[in-house]
Amino acid sequence: MPGIGGISMSMPLIFEKSRPGRKAYSLPELDVPKKETSDSLPEWARRKQDPSLPEISEVDLIRHFTELSRRNFGVDQGFYPLGSCTMKYNPKINEDVAALPGFNNIHPYQPEELVQGALELMYEFGRDLCEISGMHEASLQPAAGAHGELTGLMIIKAYHESRGEGEKRTKVIVPDSAHGTNPASAAFCGYRVVEVKSDERGGVDLDSLREVISDDVAALMLTNPNTLGLFDENAVEIAEIVHNAGGLLYYDGANMNAIVGIVRPGDMGFDVLHYNVHKTFSAPHGGGGPGCGAIAVKEFLAPFLPVPVVEKQGDRYVLNYNRPQSIGMVKGFYGNFNVMVKGFAYIRSLGAEGLRKVAETAVLNANYVMTKLKEYYNLPYDRFCKHEFVIDSSRQVKHGVHTGDIAKALLDLAFHAPTIYFPLIVREAMMIEPTETESKETLDAFIEAMIKIAELAETSPETLQTAPHHTVVGRLDDVTAARKPIPRWTPPEE
Amino acid sequence: MDYVPHTNEDRSEMLKAIGISGIEELFSDIPSEVKLDRKLDLPPPMSELELRKHLSELAGKNTTTDDMVSFLGAGVYDHYVPSVVKHIISRSEFYTAYTPYQAEVSQGMLQSIFEYQTLMCELTGLDISNASLYDGATAIAEAATMSSRLTRRQEIIISQAVHPEYRSTLKTYAYNLGLEVKEVPFTDGSTDIEAIKELVSDKTACVILQNPNFFGCIENMALAAEAAHEKKALFVACVDPISLGILAAPGEYGADIAVGEAQGLGIPMGFGGPHLGFMTCRQQYIRQMPGRVVGETRDNQGRRGYILTLQAREQHIRRERATSNICSNQALCALAATVYLSWLGKQGIKEVAEQCMAKAHYACEELSKIPGVERMHRAPFFKEFAIRTPVNPETLSKGLLESNILGGLPLGRFYPELSDSLLIAVTEKRTKEEIDGLCRALEGLV
Repeated sequence: MPGIGGISMSMPLIFEKSRPGRKAYSLPELDVPKKETSDSLPEWARRKQDPSLPEISEVDLIRHFTELSRRNFGVDQGFYPLGSCTMKYNPKINEDVAALPGFNNIHPYQPEELVQGALELMYEFGRDLCEISGMHEASLQPAAGAHGELTGLMIIKAYHESRGEGEKRTKVIVPDSAHGTNPASAAFCGYRVVEVKSDERGGVDLDSLREVISDDVAALMLTNPNTLGLFDENAVEIAEIVHNAGGLLYYDGANMNAIVGIVRPGDMGFDVLHYNVHKTFSAPHGGGGPGCGAIAVKEFLAPFLPVPVVEKQGDRYVLNYNRPQSIGMVKGFYGNFNVMVKGFAYIRSLGAEGLRKVAETAVLNANYVMTKLKEYYNLPYDRFCKHEFVIDSSRQVKHGVHTGDIAKALLDLAFHAPTIYFPLIVREAMMIEPTETESKETLDAFIEAMIKIAELAETSPETLQTAPHHTVVGRLDDVTAARKPIPRWTPPEE
Repeated sequence: MDYVPHTNEDRSEMLKAIGISGIEELFSDIPSEVKLDRKLDLPPPMSELELRKHLSELAGKNTTTDDMVSFLGAGVYDHYVPSVVKHIISRSEFYTAYTPYQAEVSQGMLQSIFEYQTLMCELTGLDISNASLYDGATAIAEAATMSSRLTRRQEIIISQAVHPEYRSTLKTYAYNLGLEVKEVPFTDGSTDIEAIKELVSDKTACVILQNPNFFGCIENMALAAEAAHEKKALFVACVDPISLGILAAPGEYGADIAVGEAQGLGIPMGFGGPHLGFMTCRQQYIRQMPGRVVGETRDNQGRRGYILTLQAREQHIRRERATSNICSNQALCALAATVYLSWLGKQGIKEVAEQCMAKAHYACEELSKIPGVERMHRAPFFKEFAIRTPVNPETLSKGLLESNILGGLPLGRFYPELSDSLLIAVTEKRTKEEIDGLCRALEGLV
């Protein structure tokens, strides 16, 4: 089936379907005396012009958004090998339990004794996250991976300050292969970012690291396996170099799917990590969020965790705000609780055996696809990968076919594209992460599609250069969109 | 239970293709001294049936607002969530998708975000909206850093009548960025405008007020905006989107940036999250706005389509020079808000706001008839108000729970000087009967 849906008409916006006087909503008759806004509100407090919300019937509302959903591709629609994003299957039972009224219809300021179940879940989930990472205490407050990074770095900063080294330690080291959020989070925490090069095996170049390491380093941020999908064999040595200079080690958990149950960041020497619960622990990505960027730290950093921390006192679970060395809050309330429920349900489903099997199978799948594709695409780092791998289109570029073209051609073949043009250290990169939930048949079909595209690059490059051909819209002009942004709908001039 | 489809045969065929004899070889590059030499210490795996039972038991240990009549607000509100919302956000084409990087197969999400952005611009009366932020608290922090970049100034002025957790989050962010946060006091529940005028200077990046503020009082935003603009500081309005059905829009009183918490727009209270942070601003600030923005464009055949745009602001291109580190946001919650606002439409947003206000005012009037009970402030209010009672509000809350009433927030929790006060929120969901019930129960306790 080419593309999705095969629909090609231009789709009206909900505002364009609006007709004055139509409505979908109903509210009960007002059973208290009506207040005229002009009586209860002074003129300066009142709205002058009504907001132009669409006026639409319920059936047309449902059809509109259903139609939009048909123009969207998710994991339930097909293979989604988007590297670094861990697009595994999102179990339906997790959606069901997360939708229980007991988890949804509770207010964060309800007295603790009325939310013991929610607190117990958070406490247990935090304990699980510590066990899986080899850490001591967790905070579930960060809303997403980047938010976890920022929180982890704030904790590192608070730690250095507590030792009187806050002024001195101003740098955070980030490998050139790192996710863009790493340097952005470091900068957002007030740090200067120093980049270190990768070596020829794709790991952190130890000589470059030694050059930049000094007593002004606050931390090194590392993803391991890194964004090339390669495990940095020098992890222990890197930790030693940084620790010897008084710096701390931050672990970017985006790639935890490769190592759950096999090796723990805490045991590798890392001091803080964030999880992407919406990656490793199967909570869906929701088209871009909400996520959960829970963090876990070694014991010496626990005093600095954001407040509140869920604690167990006897048989009772409490929210402790009284942690004098805490960095404070990084978000309102306690984090994205509903996402935690899904992550917790996932860990409880799989247990230790299941989680290890996740890593083993994710890595098996990635190596299988890599082995099959390296005959057709350039593989810049030819060694066993972990849960993902990076190939490039340097062979196809000779025929005028670029990574972006290959990505768009995959859409025509009903696959989502890999992450493209990332990591930045590989030109024309394609980062492919199959995840463990994909069967051999699915992988074989994808491999076949990639081989077909490699052939087309030689025989019919223009087909690829103009792809996609079978999606609801063709290739979109991103240059004009950025130059003359149209970020909202405006009614046509009468 | 796991979700791995491989048969033993699949596994051996794949290993053979790779040219190895066992999966452990794929992990041979991990130093053995750090490898885990035991099983993770986790409870045993559960079947779906056991899991459902276990989670239902945990959920059952919580008392929900279905079991009580809630007058608790303080930033999270018990508004009605219509059925259409759940049905749309439960479509797995939406919820199992990633961020819409591949626009041609993500038109659904992209168009819905474009519609969301338009709705938020309409509500706030400003020009540009991003695709969402984490929540109200982080949205304020992002607005502060954005203002600092725009003005190249390092001082943030915020009213003490802004939600305490928003201020707390702002302070955490600001501290690490070297921004100074100065707080303006309130008098009689409203921000002291004269104090703003005294504090604001040519070092001030922005002035932040919430409307209605934490006490439910409607602030004179235009005067605050004027005070900020006097010194060329930006004015940031933190607003409740439901209130914008009747209350003045940030664009109408001179706000440069509007932010807030949009949980009320079709998102369950959910123990505090996921909720929906939003931000809109004036056109000229678009390139300093944090977060994703969807823009309209054309495809290679001239057809209208939507795409993530202005990405040169964002971390994956700009890295340490990005306008923020935010990457994942609250997309599905923004979709919920889009469906909710479309359901309400032009009339509904007004009616729901009017109902909230009428019911809150009725509650306030009835409560004030109880001897010893009075509203604390004189400022106009919308759906929330604080009362002073002769009985300790903590004791009062416990007493109300006996009648299955979640009676509001004792303000002493955040404002020790207001330990005699209770903050009460009334949404369109509350009936006259429930409000009368609150009054009766409260009367019996004072």
